[in-house]
Amino acid sequence: MSRQHRTVSGTIFDAANYILLGIAAIAAIFPFLYVIAGSFASDAELTERSVFIIPETFTLGAYRFIFSTDTILKSIGVSVFVTVCGTLINLLFTCTMAYPLARRGLMGRNLMLNMIVVTMVFSGGLIPTYLVIRELGMLDSYWALMLPGAINAFNLIIIKNFFQELPMELEEAARIDGCTDIGILWKIVLPLSKPVLATFALFYAVSHWNDFFASLIYLNDPAKWPLQVMLRQIVLLSQAAAGDLASMDPNFVKPPEQSVKMAVIVVGTVPIMLVYPFLQKYFAKGVLIGSVKG
Amino acid sequence: MKQVSAATPSVKQLSRVNRSRHMLSRLRRDKWMYVLLLPGLLYFIVFKYVPMWGALLAFKNYQPFVGFWKSEWVGFEHFRLFFDNPEFTMLLRNTLILSLYNLVFFFPAPIILALLLNEVRLAFYKRVIQTMIYVPHFISMVIVASLTYVFLTTEGGIVNELLLKYTGDKIDFLSSTEWFRPLIILQTIWKECGFGTILFLAALAGVDVEQYEAATVDGAGRWRKLWHITLPAIRSTIVILLILRMGHVLDNGFEQIYLMLNPLNREVAEVFDTYVYMMGITQGAFSYSTAVGLFKAVVGVILVLGTNHLAKRFGQTGIY
Repeated sequence: MSRQHRTVSGTIFDAANYILLGIAAIAAIFPFLYVIAGSFASDAELTERSVFIIPETFTLGAYRFIFSTDTILKSIGVSVFVTVCGTLINLLFTCTMAYPLARRGLMGRNLMLNMIVVTMVFSGGLIPTYLVIRELGMLDSYWALMLPGAINAFNLIIIKNFFQELPMELEEAARIDGCTDIGILWKIVLPLSKPVLATFALFYAVSHWNDFFASLIYLNDPAKWPLQVMLRQIVLLSQAAAGDLASMDPNFVKPPEQSVKMAVIVVGTVPIMLVYPFLQKYFAKGVLIGSVKG
Repeated sequence: MKQVSAATPSVKQLSRVNRSRHMLSRLRRDKWMYVLLLPGLLYFIVFKYVPMWGALLAFKNYQPFVGFWKSEWVGFEHFRLFFDNPEFTMLLRNTLILSLYNLVFFFPAPIILALLLNEVRLAFYKRVIQTMIYVPHFISMVIVASLTYVFLTTEGGIVNELLLKYTGDKIDFLSSTEWFRPLIILQTIWKECGFGTILFLAALAGVDVEQYEAATVDGAGRWRKLWHITLPAIRSTIVILLILRMGHVLDNGFEQIYLMLNPLNREVAEVFDTYVYMMGITQGAFSYSTAVGLFKAVVGVILVLGTNHLAKRFGQTGIY
């Protein structure tokens, strides 16, 4: 009797749990589906049907409109450039510093490690950093988006720990063969660390693509803005024109304001969605290395 | 070592010579290592340590055309101005209330979600759910704010259209002072709740299945197993995350607040970080805003070190 009772309540619990989790998962995804649908929808549909994820009338008007000028295209170009170059700089700086710090006998190693840890707890603050970058003449330059964050101290320590765990024998053998430390890093350590480097490259790349703060502070010239800043101008402030109606042919119906905004959001989200499968493959590993070793 | 050096001066000198020769040879052996270190060290010095030195601006009256060195010292003048300013209480209150809301409403969310996920036995279903709930973590704060705007605007936003249809009234969420804090917490839950489950799920994966089987044999139900096996398995993770969270009560996340901030909700929305930005970058009060930033940084260090010490006392390795 009691056993029977338990299974019944257990089944009810399971069903409720599955439904609840399903709702949570849909809540995580729904805004994207709605915005994608809305970006293809017509004015009439947006006002008449409020909730939908498949538009009845399918129009590319919003996309034709936002790409009628090169404002969005140019800001995408900037974002791609900063993401690619910024990530390369991140990897270069992080690896070249992590490798020597992984060598236990290196003189001054502890001093340098302590110096790095201090920066994780204390920083000079926004204004002094801003003034340094201004003094270096980096305002309104893309260097200001790539150099001030070239090394993430947490990532550096995790990569250093990873290098430390690599088997020493290969390095010893290479050294006996007359390889320099730089050669060993390039020919042995880095190839052995490919999966870890891929993980951190993805993390760095996502943070560059998503970055808004650095551009807000260091770039005043609207012509240089990356996509995230453009997005804010168009969607939040309704200040920048996403497209130019005058350049379209006379029959072109102006797409609804909401659709245009949604289309811009979709454009800003698609790259993340494209790399998401890779992200998902690596991030759990990255988070866990960080939490165990950090 | 100490005994040797204390024995006779000649031995002491000898060992010193030996040691410095040894050091030189080590330096020579590792010369390429130091070449490799150069860019990283330069980075930390230029972008981290020079600004730390520059924080001394807080005690000066910085004027751009006079320069850092020649600007006059004013001691704690800027700090006094800041503490006497009624804005100080507003900033402290806004910051602490947001942190408290975060602790009460956001903090438990990933734990509950992880516990629910842990009960799912269909591996496929679990994987699909996980794939979906991790997505928002990777989306930029600008997109999150944009989605919030598109959904909540009074000009054709889906939420207000529905409200109008069923209640006949619209709510101006985006410029309301009552809705600001709930909105921030909802955004945080939507963005980070799913991803936050990872640490707990990892801890739960380490639980030996035999424990559950033994408990079932002993007649323990679902709740007893949850209470006696599952929760103890993630207790230390919860305690550590809670303590670390305490160390960051003054950090509300600049981007999120800044994006949702507007003149209409400023009295509940402005926090230390956004205030520093406004006073310093937009209004050019460099010394004053440096003082505000320094105050926050110093309190932050004390909190982080204090809570980290606490974490260590709980038998964990701590972060620093």
